[in-house]
Amino acid sequence: MEALMPFLPYIFILVLLVLYLSVVPIMIQVERKVSAWVQYRIGPNRVGPRGLLQPIADALKFLAKEDVIPNHVNKWLYIFAPTLMVFPAFFVFGVIPFGAIMINGQEILIQVGKTNIGILYVLAVSSLGVYAITFGSWASNNKYSLIGGLRSAAQMMSYELPMGLSILGMIMVVGSLRLEDIVRFQIENGWGILLQPVGALLFIVTAFAETNRLPFDLTEAEAELVGGYHTEYSSMKFAMFFLGEYCNMFTASAMITCLFLGGWHVPFIGSMGLDPAIVGYIQVVAMLMKLGFLMFFFVWVRWSLPRFRYDQLMNLGWKKLIPLALANVIITAIVMAM
Amino acid sequence: MAVNVKNVSMARGKSWVDLTYIIPVMKGLAITLRHLFKRKLVLQYPEEKKVLPPNYRGLHMLTRDEKGREKCVACEMCSTACPADCIRIVAGDGGWEDSREKHPIVFEIDELRCIYCGMCVEACPEDAIDMTDMHNLADYTRQDFIYDKERLLGVYDEYIKRHPDRAKRRDGQFKAMKNSSYFTVNDVHHSDQHSSH
Repeated sequence: MEALMPFLPYIFILVLLVLYLSVVPIMIQVERKVSAWVQYRIGPNRVGPRGLLQPIADALKFLAKEDVIPNHVNKWLYIFAPTLMVFPAFFVFGVIPFGAIMINGQEILIQVGKTNIGILYVLAVSSLGVYAITFGSWASNNKYSLIGGLRSAAQMMSYELPMGLSILGMIMVVGSLRLEDIVRFQIENGWGILLQPVGALLFIVTAFAETNRLPFDLTEAEAELVGGYHTEYSSMKFAMFFLGEYCNMFTASAMITCLFLGGWHVPFIGSMGLDPAIVGYIQVVAMLMKLGFLMFFFVWVRWSLPRFRYDQLMNLGWKKLIPLALANVIITAIVMAM
Repeated sequence: MAVNVKNVSMARGKSWVDLTYIIPVMKGLAITLRHLFKRKLVLQYPEEKKVLPPNYRGLHMLTRDEKGREKCVACEMCSTACPADCIRIVAGDGGWEDSREKHPIVFEIDELRCIYCGMCVEACPEDAIDMTDMHNLADYTRQDFIYDKERLLGVYDEYIKRHPDRAKRRDGQFKAMKNSSYFTVNDVHHSDQHSSH
């Protein structure tokens, strides 16, 4: 064990990367199954037992398909955009703490990169994802794609603001930008969703907009925009956009968990008198379960709510969420000053 | 006005609770969550098939009598009754070794033109034309959907294999058939095996 210590970050990188990449096929299967069940359908059940191998078939289909690059596109940007979509999603994931396990009596945080500006880093990098969508839509040289991309940019601008403000309340309470500090604070003082209920609600809503998921998926809006920004994409490039979307979902879930659902914390586990080494592993599992629930929540909401109209989306963002987030920050400040 | 007009108005008259979206969204989520665990309505089509009612109006057939001879006498009642004008009959003299007045030389039904109203069956004085439960027709050209006499008789032969009691229906034994294969289709079932996941 002792010899492994210097390589721990690399082991974490490997484990998290595998976790991250395996989440996507699992989520695609969950998405298809849940959507089917909600609509009284059965869902994919032909490939493998109970349709469990369907994601593999999907991936093979993407790989085997002809990779069409239309003549009217800007080739360089067209190829660059899907790559850019996946990159920030992967990048953000490095700073998310998954739990603290005991090795040789030493507490080790399962986290790849330890930064002092954790949350700021996440906000900064995750908003790069919109460039991928705008580049992709611009490069496609297609009116529907372009509208989708413009919508995405506008949506990102209107929802990044309340998102930052909704986190601000939590940061003020905790007094640190480090994600691990925020989780530890919640372990001692109760979960963020109890300390900052309005902040939690706003963050969850804006996370949906940030990940372009229904009810805020105006960038795709199949009914109006064919496929939105990825209309002209096919084969593995399309799959990359898909991958990016689900990775963003996973990242958003991880952020919600760390900020408002107590991270890896399991309530009352400290009073049960368990071995701290075992507690560490239980907590990692708890973190993954919270993530799983939130991922299911994303899917669940998608198949429950209709898409917002564009003006409704803007109204909600600017006239409701931003004032609410500001009020939340001010009230938090007043309560803390008292 | 039509019946049951639902007046969908703007949110203006709603209370502020509804306007926050939170409670309505939670209600909606509860509904979809309940739907997750309900019985699935989908049939796994090629394996499971819907049991069709006995009076289902599907593909036509030209029936045969107990000796296997075509019943049709080419009276053209069906083609006269047909509102879609999809039946073409060319009559010829004789038939059944000259014991009958007429018989059809050509009997064609354009199954794409047909509206499956069943008027031809109503009109037929000889019970020579009837409808089956076959509805999943597929072919490559439009021409292939014009069923000629031999093909329509073939439909009968195929149909009678699956419903051996069918011949009794026109012989006034309809009531006796209640528990027969005509009403319960044996090779086809609606199973509940996919209802639980």
